[in-house]
Amino acid sequence: MNKQEFLDELRKGLSCLPPDDAQERLAFYGEMIDDRIEEGLSEADAVDEIGSVERIVSQIVSEVPLTKLVREKVRSKCRLRAWEIVLLALGSPLWLPLLLAFFAVVLCLYITVWAVLISLWTVMASLGVCAAVGAAAAVMQAIRGSVYIGAELFGVSLVSAGLCIFLFFGCKAATKGVLHGTKKIVLKTKSRFVGKEDA
Amino acid sequence: MDIQMKRGLLDVCVLAAIKNEDSYGYKIIKDLKPCIELSESTLYTILKRLESAGMLTVRTAEHGGRLRKYYRITDAGRRRIEDFKDDWTQILTIYRFVTKEENSYE
Repeated sequence: MNKQEFLDELRKGLSCLPPDDAQERLAFYGEMIDDRIEEGLSEADAVDEIGSVERIVSQIVSEVPLTKLVREKVRSKCRLRAWEIVLLALGSPLWLPLLLAFFAVVLCLYITVWAVLISLWTVMASLGVCAAVGAAAAVMQAIRGSVYIGAELFGVSLVSAGLCIFLFFGCKAATKGVLHGTKKIVLKTKSRFVGKEDA
Repeated sequence: MDIQMKRGLLDVCVLAAIKNEDSYGYKIIKDLKPCIELSESTLYTILKRLESAGMLTVRTAEHGGRLRKYYRITDAGRRRIEDFKDDWTQILTIYRFVTKEENSYE
């Protein structure tokens, strides 16, 4: 790939950014290629060293805040025709509540996931408390002379402690998974804005 | 490494690369290579961040029939390097304390 092809492809990939921002980045990469050529590299090697356009674009998109991408997206769609605006306005009693409902449902689902996680953590904590109190009560009973009740309580305490530890790893993994998923969804949302621009 | 910490370190690395003389993108990457591998897009982000924080200024100059951007460190940028050195004397003291504790347990 030569320099011009590289920059053309990069320009396409960065069309989701504000034009002046994209232009500045293009100039930056252009300069990087020129400097490598000046060092004695061939044009193709210089472009190769910079890396693939795809990787560069995905890195840039992951760094640029979502708000900036959305703003640019909205701005480039501003040139609506009159009848489109009229339709949008007339249809707003229909699509606005639907859109709000959609976001509300998504938000609810997300909150539910976290609620389940929180309750799991709570169960784990109560098992921990149960184990501690059970052990203390077992000792108390043993001192009082009721060795059998003490032993029984100690058994319950051990089971609780075991379940607590078992649940801890499950909770940890689940929380990690949800956090990871959140990150992925944000990235996916971002790349949607980019993907549509390409089409 | 903690991402916030890494970001801080990269900022100081780039500032150090332009500390003695104005430099340009490719030269910064080359100069930092023995210490840290920087990709173009990472460098771009760092330069932008440092510029908006007032730690460096940018000028465009002609070079061999084309334009090239040169970066110059500001007083604020130099202060950032000094702050970094001060921070690290503290961190090194803490590090020595922590590792001493570990050794005494062995």
